[in-house]
Amino acid sequence: MKPLIIGFTTQPLSGWGRYPVQSCHIFRPEKRSEVTATLESGLQHSYISRGLGRSYGDAALNDHAGVIWHVLLNRFLSFDSSSGVLECEGGVSLAEIIQYFLPRGWFLPVTPGTKFVTVGGAIATDIHGKNHHKEGSFSNFVRDFRLLIPGGEVLLCSRTMNAPVFWATVGGMGLTGVILSARLQLRRVVSAYVWVDFQKARNLEEALATMEESDERYQYSVAWIDGLATGKALGRGVLMRGNHAVAADLPARVRNPLAAPVGSQWNLSFDFPSGTLNRLTVKGFNTAYYALHRNLTRQLVSFEKFFYPLDAILQWNRMYGRHGFVQYQIALPQASGREGLRAILDRLARSGRASFLAVLKRFGDAGPGLLSFPLRGYTLALDIPVARGLIPFLHELDRMTLDHGGRIYLAKDAVLRAEDFAAMYPQLEPFRVIQRKLDPQGLLSSSLARRLAIVETHV
Amino acid sequence: MPSVLILGATAGIGRALAAEFASHKYDLVLAGRDLEELQALSADLYLRHGVSARAQSFDVLNFEGMESALTTCLAPAGDSLEGAVLSVGYLGDQETARNDLHEARRILDTNFTGSVMALNVLAKHFEQKRKGFICALSSVAGDRGRESNYLYGSAKGGLTTYLQGLRNRLHHVGVRVITVKPGFVDTRMTYGRPKLFLLAPPEAVARSIYNAVQRGKNVVYVPWYWRVIMLMVRTIPEGLFKRLHT
Repeated sequence: MKPLIIGFTTQPLSGWGRYPVQSCHIFRPEKRSEVTATLESGLQHSYISRGLGRSYGDAALNDHAGVIWHVLLNRFLSFDSSSGVLECEGGVSLAEIIQYFLPRGWFLPVTPGTKFVTVGGAIATDIHGKNHHKEGSFSNFVRDFRLLIPGGEVLLCSRTMNAPVFWATVGGMGLTGVILSARLQLRRVVSAYVWVDFQKARNLEEALATMEESDERYQYSVAWIDGLATGKALGRGVLMRGNHAVAADLPARVRNPLAAPVGSQWNLSFDFPSGTLNRLTVKGFNTAYYALHRNLTRQLVSFEKFFYPLDAILQWNRMYGRHGFVQYQIALPQASGREGLRAILDRLARSGRASFLAVLKRFGDAGPGLLSFPLRGYTLALDIPVARGLIPFLHELDRMTLDHGGRIYLAKDAVLRAEDFAAMYPQLEPFRVIQRKLDPQGLLSSSLARRLAIVETHV
Repeated sequence: MPSVLILGATAGIGRALAAEFASHKYDLVLAGRDLEELQALSADLYLRHGVSARAQSFDVLNFEGMESALTTCLAPAGDSLEGAVLSVGYLGDQETARNDLHEARRILDTNFTGSVMALNVLAKHFEQKRKGFICALSSVAGDRGRESNYLYGSAKGGLTTYLQGLRNRLHHVGVRVITVKPGFVDTRMTYGRPKLFLLAPPEAVARSIYNAVQRGKNVVYVPWYWRVIMLMVRTIPEGLFKRLHT
């Protein structure tokens, strides 16, 4: 009989947005058996899984309760080099997958704006990328996963096995169980580059029209919108759309097309102006940013710069306290999308709380995940400065979003109210039914889950 | 490709060492109690570094089966086996051990008796080959017995002395013996325990150990400054030390 001492540390913890900060009891299992032991230990009322902590709010926090930190549960388990199916533990990061598999010609079919998210987190928030209009969300490329539920059982979940649990877990914010491992379908690529067309849009109408007209030609599409522009220029921005580059697209000097370039000396690239964030005022930055971009076609950009332009900057930026902003992301349905976007951008600009860069993408059809965020239409992500009256203001935006049939992205949320959430996510009750069946004792919970009344508050 | 045997590869320093050796293209024999975990570790190291890793069962407390378990680890590796690392430890609960002889026994058996028995078997193997290295994880705790962990400390202290003797014996046949004395390392052994300081990441510790093995060091403190700290600790006169709360 082996005595197992389960250690945990008690620390203030927060999401990427640094709000809220809560004291949590953090467990750091090194092996699968330790996760089970932790859940059964009775040391805490409840537990939530945590990966790399890139959600902005309280999705991976559990106030004065347990957090299971997956940092050491990060092994690759198997890889089929003919089919591109990778099996790995939930704590493996997308960054690691790229590091080891891009050189072998495999990439992630869906990737968010940062590569520092775990596979478990990617499934639990059903992340999306710049290609949702064509490929849908991350779960489309998840073959199956092993879910540890309270009681110690491990369920193999897929579209054909335990399917209801599969779709509850996709977007389920970690509340159905602990994702121990998953099998992902990677995508074959022949280079580490994307060729990009840049196109300016003088206002929202033009941005939306251009995206709708020609997005079909592009694998990836995103628009950077000036959140400060008003009047006729409301929603002006730069569209950045691209496709994976093939070897023929690359200049001769690129000897290994799959090697990530260190610098990008030869690229007329989408270089997020790192120095400028400090020197220029936000308004000045936006104007300059818009002005500096010209319509350019077929620019070669490294995957790093195209998919993760902010990782390098925000790494240090956020480490030094990007306390100034909260992230706010919504999805609006196709029918009311234009009007909704216009209304929200307008409200934002007039409030004087403008964000400096807003990101606009189109969404394809919603997936079957019960609490999954994307729905056919548009998604807008904003950085809103922290200032007096911020929370009531966000609630006002929530109401506007709701009025237009839209919803909030839980991975970025910290302030949404339970009643608004319930109105935004019609599948909440079916989710609750499955969640309660998997977890009758309420062992799985998070601060977000209690705030949004997804699960009951523990005593 | 050269290979190395790591006993205690499932967790902590052993696990970090497995990754470190793999990154230098060593094939691995990974031994421990949890075969499923070791297999996951093997698969991971293969996928990351392209090295082949074999999982073997090994329990430092299984005295009866020690010889055959180790033979199974050593024999198939053959001549490519450059050396072996014993990364096994049980800090236990000193408080409990004062009253519970089972706990006390476990601390002593894991850190001293079982470890020494394993090293005895390894010594025989490498002595026959007349080359290679044996590296064992002791602890700075073995440098001086102190109030809060003297059971663990004395076991590790005994281990250190054993390793000195082993080094002496095996030097004559060209086999190196490396004693590693880590301070506090950020692993399961220390996670959540209060009043720790200078917590070293296991990856950094593994790198130091790898370098020490390559350079044929005798005794390494990891990180290096523990050598200085323990030197000072050792020089405190006993009459004074006994009055402190350590």
